[in-house]
Amino acid sequence: MAGGTAQDNGTQGDTYKEVRDWLLAPAWVTLIVLVLLPVLLMLVYSFLTKEFRGGVIWEFSFAAYEQFFCDRGLFGDEPCAIEWTYINIFWRSIWQAGLATILSLLIGFPTAYFIATRPAHVRPLWVFLITIPYWVNLLIRTVSMRFMLREEGPINNALMWSGLIDNPLQMINTNFAVQIGLFYSYLPFMVLPIYAAVERYNFTLSEAASDLYASKWTTLRRIVLPAVRPGVIAGCILVFVPSLGAFLAPDLLGGAKNFMIGSLIEEQFKGNAGNWPFGAAASMILLTLVLVILTLYARQQARPDKGAR
Amino acid sequence: MATRKFDVRSYPGFLAITVLCLTILYVPLMVVAVYSFNASASIVVWEGFSLRWYGDVFVGPESTKFKVAARNSFVIAIIAASVSTTIATLAATAMIRGGTFRYRTLSFGLISLPLMVPEIVTAVATLIFFNSIGFERGILTILLAHIAFCIPFAYLPIAARMQGIEDTYEQAARDLHATKRQAFTKILLPLMMPGIISGFLLAFIISLDDFIITNFVKGAGVETLPTAIFGAVKQGIKPNIMAISTMLLAFSIVMVTISYFVSKSGENNKP
Repeated sequence: MAGGTAQDNGTQGDTYKEVRDWLLAPAWVTLIVLVLLPVLLMLVYSFLTKEFRGGVIWEFSFAAYEQFFCDRGLFGDEPCAIEWTYINIFWRSIWQAGLATILSLLIGFPTAYFIATRPAHVRPLWVFLITIPYWVNLLIRTVSMRFMLREEGPINNALMWSGLIDNPLQMINTNFAVQIGLFYSYLPFMVLPIYAAVERYNFTLSEAASDLYASKWTTLRRIVLPAVRPGVIAGCILVFVPSLGAFLAPDLLGGAKNFMIGSLIEEQFKGNAGNWPFGAAASMILLTLVLVILTLYARQQARPDKGAR
Repeated sequence: MATRKFDVRSYPGFLAITVLCLTILYVPLMVVAVYSFNASASIVVWEGFSLRWYGDVFVGPESTKFKVAARNSFVIAIIAASVSTTIATLAATAMIRGGTFRYRTLSFGLISLPLMVPEIVTAVATLIFFNSIGFERGILTILLAHIAFCIPFAYLPIAARMQGIEDTYEQAARDLHATKRQAFTKILLPLMMPGIISGFLLAFIISLDDFIITNFVKGAGVETLPTAIFGAVKQGIKPNIMAISTMLLAFSIVMVTISYFVSKSGENNKP
């Protein structure tokens, strides 16, 4: 859900110019107090000393970041070597989110293209069909995916009944299950921006390519894809970013082996680890990663020659 | 185009992938819905149609827990959606009808902040904030967090709708000596209604569905439907959970359908 980018479309009149500060004030106050300030406070917390079983002691410390990056041996007195445990968790999260994004693109692009080439009056209905599952509780969707993939679940039953396999496939608690779960969670985010881009695409370009003896697939690769590239990139970001910090899919589908960033952070606050500064530091690193991606994206969007060649 | 030997727009296999896409999206939900009507206490075998588990949700041993959680969820969602929709409507009026001003881009960035920060980071930050000011965690903390988080979701459809309404209607009202307040309440607000309703429903669903933020800022013993369901699922998926899920699923689909038709009728009535 989070990790989105929104479009600002500019103004339409200035009737309420004089009272505009008063109209904006409630939004400013709410968002500064309840979102911006807390994020800054989280940055501060990541530099404090942990208190046993949750909370912090107000004493400056690099301990959280050291724990993240530094391995000082069993007794903590050796020189700093790179600590791989947490970097690996981040790396695995990036990898999982990336695979889920590719999966979403492979299914989402043809779907979006297909919908955008339907007659104009039925398109909203198709879009509606794609968006409905997004409005269904993410938890319920993840639980139903868990129900499908489990050992005695409908997929294994169907495969065994048809005689394709003799023993149930281990699908739950695997990397594959996490990718499917992430794909299932955020697929509409891939379809919608690509759909919007293909809908704006001028199909006379495809006809011109075809007249010049380009094959269908050459046309897709050389003409359509470059033209709708902004939509494809937006879709990839909208799937990748929330997948990176996802908690439910890795927790309910991946099991203990397939730990991702979201679970690492959650464990520091709700679980047994109880190390708030470390949780805050991990959150800061995740936030930095996301902001870097979004900034690169904004830069790319701002370039004059975005998309079509 | 019809005279061409083949249609340059269509690609073989794209229809099949679209069908596959919809299958993946819908089949798991349908399977859970079907199994919620299973007479068996086991989730593995099918023993015939029964409303047993729906009865269990309302009068069974865990019914009190679910009723309290459902009440919490709906009370929080109604208040959070109302407040955030109000805030978003005022903000949209300033952003769309306030001319150009220096802090406009900054304001837009602030409004979309909850969309850019990963949800789990917002959850951590909010928990830390409430903890550091000594605000005891409970329903109120969930409500405050939801109000802030729902603002962009309410704002986007409202701003999009206002964008589509030219300000000539208000200008005309002003020329006829209507005050600004009258121009707002008598002209802009009624024209805005489809956008406001969509924004409200969107915020409502977002609040009702939220698990991560709620899980972080809720006090011990305070549950909403998603946290109660999550807690139960950790013990294993039981049929009564599937019945609750199916009811929530049906509720969400009804809400989205209403929202769809409201915005569609709004399109048709657009002046």
